[in-house]
Amino acid sequence: MMTTIDIPNFRMSPVVDQVGVEERVARFTTRSIKKSSKLQALKLALNMIDLTTLEGKDTSGKVKQMCYKAAHMCDQLQDIPTVAAVCVYPNHVRTAKTALTGTGIKVASVATAFPSGNTTREVKLSDVRFAVDEGADEIDMVISRGEFLEGNYSFVFDEISSIKEVCGSSRLKVILETGELSTLDNIRRASDIAIYAGADFIKTSTGKIQPAATMPVTLVMLQAIKDYYYKTGKIVGMKPAGGISSSKLAIHYLVMVHETLGDKWLTNEWFRFGASSLANDILMQIAKEKYGTYQGKDYFSND
Amino acid sequence: MSRIEVLKTYKIYIGGQFPRTESGRYYSLTNKKNEPIANVSLSSRKDFRNAVVAARSAFGGWSSRAAFNRGQILYRVAEMMEGRKDQFVKELILQGSTKKSAEAEVTMAIDRLVYYSGWCDKYMQVFGTVNPVASSHFNFSVPEPTGVVAIIAPEESSLLGLISVVAPCIAGGNTCVVLSSNSKPLCSVTFAEVLATSDVPGGVVNIITGISSELYTHFSNHMDVNAVIYCRENSEEKKIIAQNSSLNVKRTFFWTKDWLKSESENPYLMLDLQEIKTTWHPIENIGIAGAKY
Amino acid sequence: MNKTKTSEQPDTSLNFFNDWKYAPAPESKDHIQLKKQYGLFINGEFVPPTSKKYFDTINPATEEKLAEIAEADEKDVDLAVNAAAKAYNNVWKKMPGKERAKYIYRIARMIQERAREFAVIETMDGGKPIRESRDIDVPLAANHFFYYAGWADKLNYAFPNRNPQPLGVAGQIIPWNFPLLMAAWKIAPALATGNCVVLKPAETTSLTALKLAEIIAESGLPNGVVNIVTGFGKTGAAIVNHPKVNKVAFTGSTDVGKIIQKAIAGTSKRVTLELGGKAANIVFDDAPIDQAVEGIVNGIFFNQGHVCCAGSRLLVQEGVADIVIRKLKDRMETLIVGDPLDKNTDIGAINSKEQLLKIQEYIKIGINEGAELHQSSCSLPNKGFFCKPTLFLNTSQSHRLVQEEIFGPVLAVQTFRTVEEAIEKANNIPYGLSAGIWTDKGSKIFNLTTKMRAGVVWANTYNKFDPTSPFGGYKESGFGREGGLHGLLPYLSL
Repeated sequence: MMTTIDIPNFRMSPVVDQVGVEERVARFTTRSIKKSSKLQALKLALNMIDLTTLEGKDTSGKVKQMCYKAAHMCDQLQDIPTVAAVCVYPNHVRTAKTALTGTGIKVASVATAFPSGNTTREVKLSDVRFAVDEGADEIDMVISRGEFLEGNYSFVFDEISSIKEVCGSSRLKVILETGELSTLDNIRRASDIAIYAGADFIKTSTGKIQPAATMPVTLVMLQAIKDYYYKTGKIVGMKPAGGISSSKLAIHYLVMVHETLGDKWLTNEWFRFGASSLANDILMQIAKEKYGTYQGKDYFSND
Repeated sequence: MSRIEVLKTYKIYIGGQFPRTESGRYYSLTNKKNEPIANVSLSSRKDFRNAVVAARSAFGGWSSRAAFNRGQILYRVAEMMEGRKDQFVKELILQGSTKKSAEAEVTMAIDRLVYYSGWCDKYMQVFGTVNPVASSHFNFSVPEPTGVVAIIAPEESSLLGLISVVAPCIAGGNTCVVLSSNSKPLCSVTFAEVLATSDVPGGVVNIITGISSELYTHFSNHMDVNAVIYCRENSEEKKIIAQNSSLNVKRTFFWTKDWLKSESENPYLMLDLQEIKTTWHPIENIGIAGAKY
Repeated sequence: MNKTKTSEQPDTSLNFFNDWKYAPAPESKDHIQLKKQYGLFINGEFVPPTSKKYFDTINPATEEKLAEIAEADEKDVDLAVNAAAKAYNNVWKKMPGKERAKYIYRIARMIQERAREFAVIETMDGGKPIRESRDIDVPLAANHFFYYAGWADKLNYAFPNRNPQPLGVAGQIIPWNFPLLMAAWKIAPALATGNCVVLKPAETTSLTALKLAEIIAESGLPNGVVNIVTGFGKTGAAIVNHPKVNKVAFTGSTDVGKIIQKAIAGTSKRVTLELGGKAANIVFDDAPIDQAVEGIVNGIFFNQGHVCCAGSRLLVQEGVADIVIRKLKDRMETLIVGDPLDKNTDIGAINSKEQLLKIQEYIKIGINEGAELHQSSCSLPNKGFFCKPTLFLNTSQSHRLVQEEIFGPVLAVQTFRTVEEAIEKANNIPYGLSAGIWTDKGSKIFNLTTKMRAGVVWANTYNKFDPTSPFGGYKESGFGREGGLHGLLPYLSL
């Protein structure tokens, strides 16, 4: 059976009331997650992390160390899942891919002139093509925020869909860089553009701009995902990135995903945290649940 | 041969029209020497009912009119009364006032209209508030007119009392049905004629003549009347009015004042016939942290 | 632009709480102090009722007895009113506003200090979720005292050109839906304006008012300034009819409000009534839909729908009706119904068996009227009084469900086509307490907020309360305001 998906007029994207969003978020943060449900959430959150290094000083040595950590989060504790992926620049994809062979951990690569995205379409496409050829399972692209703020929505749409084509079987995460979009209405609109243009995931931030991920921003993006799912039955993933460094906050995010989109999104196939320091905080909490004592940082390896 | 005088027929005032009472009944008004002055309509409950319908249909337009415009209209009423001053004085004398007291009552009534005319676009500023709620919302409270007000006007102060009650009522955007003084009804009908010629939309003020004892239960138990004002002294009538008001939670007021006193005009009488409406709306919270403004 | 894809009819269902359930997170009851038996708080001390009669107050979530409450009869009410009148004449009306204020501030602070205990008792006695009593009822109650305390010495600024004077003894009767908060709404402005108080809490929820009495005693407030007498409707009637009561303030049903209005006819008693409601929550097609859905949920399921200003009628514009209802149904699946003391509970227990039966009766009526029933798929506890979050779709103005106040988690949903129709339907009801409006267009908001014949209008929000914000009804929802500057007026003669 043939169905068509109408591409909406993005100028007519649903409006968002910021105060209402904040109030909804406040409700998620008052959920009290204890005992078994907490342990389950901690492991789930750990398994959803994209362990990330995106620095000018990245070297293959650093990337290898991080990859080892990704596969051996804390060997002293039993039943600890791995993270979902590591996220690196394109020139470190091959290193990471090799280091993670056999672990099941994905390699994600930022591309498209990350983090500003200010270059030509040609350069962006070849950036993506290179990362894919190097073996990246996932591509984290940035949208052209300048074009978006000028109102050139079809430019932004076309750019995403052309990059999606180049991705082939690699999954595409589209970074909106919400910290530069100013309003929740803009964030909703950018989410709609990315989703309809073919994003497998939408992602809040590069981590290079403040504010990075926030719960209100993430909620608006989740609602865009939900509306698309209602219309098409297609699942789009969500990745808040940057600024999520505590287990408590990560659990708040999980509650939010859980009560907005439900069980189907509670897997690292459809939800990720872009974070690095979060992992050890989660491990400390898991250890606390196991041993009953509060933990110290020196007891958890930092790569 | 001297000219035969043309006598005036005193009719009631409903919806901007001057019908006779549907009941066809009347009562004879006499002066102190027991000479007939006029035949006055003895209004029935059906006249009251029709007047409420007229008041209700006028309410939407009158209450949503610009406050400034209501003020102009009330001022226009004062202007028209000023022009008919002699007629009001004459009628008051006919009904037993001295010339001096009649003149005082008429001028005070006119001034009272001017007074309330000025309040039309000010009472909201005095009685409205912006409320500093603790959450991120804009919140303000404004007075809005209660609706249709049934008034049993003062018996003795037949012109000044009538105007002292009607003016704060309509200045605040309400519409009303008024039972005027039974023993001194003439000025109320002439006042109706003033209203009819002074831009007050039909139905905003409806004036019927008759006897309180026949009408007060209907004034107080009509389900489409929002408030009732009783300006007389009969405590039995007061009690029944208050009881009947509970049928639809009518706002009930007993205004018995010396209407000649200046403190008997004040915006707090307007406030009695206002509902306070509070409106909330979120205030978006973007661009504060670190933003310079 | 069109994309063509091949697929089967897509699955668009969402599932919640299958893979990850929240473990119980009950609030501790260890720190609360409840006596086995409570007397009447008259003239600064707890005294036994002259009749020696007590009744049980139970936890509606467990049906367990919490304490015994004294039943005040006419003699007790007479003692309380006389204590209040004496305190008024001898102490309170002579005390400068500045000094009165400090007592009220003290009470505010003491509620804050014991906030957690109040929240737990409120939840145990009334059935409301601890999240609400902790985050809404108790802090708002304290804030209400704090706000009005500051007015006590500033009354001359509230009403220009007037020298406002207190009325004397205020008889106050409050409902069971916000027991402590309603006590605060009543007592705080009465004290600030220099009146003395005889207050009767509702018979199912007396405990927090009695705990408040303990605070009042501790605060050193002169004896008799506040008296709290417990009991049923008869006790309330004795207060209303007492000749030394100068002012009656009632919050409760429109039926009882009318009885009170009638009862005081022919007296010089002043009265304010805060009665029932059947508010329209109007969602336009240009609304922020996801926030509107939250507003609908908050409007009808807050406090199990035991809210006089509940948005119990949803009016949704036809163009967005399907998506709003779809989202609403999914949202209802995420509402956690159960133990009110659990910190994750969204919907607690219905306040009493009587009220549950009334709600169930209305659900039957709705079904018999042919409206389409939808309830959350949640399961309910075996014990206690609980009701699933409930919608009735395809209702019209002529349904009883739409006309009558249910006071439970039951929403009647209607659709509309135009602005005019929305206004007409919203106002076509004898009540006029509140309304909700959801649209992104500013000029439409102001058109609608102006046209609603209701005392509180929430635009793009719902069920917000604040001590500075006046609250009260139009039409059969009562008269007089509580909260804000306007809330002083019912307790003053100008």
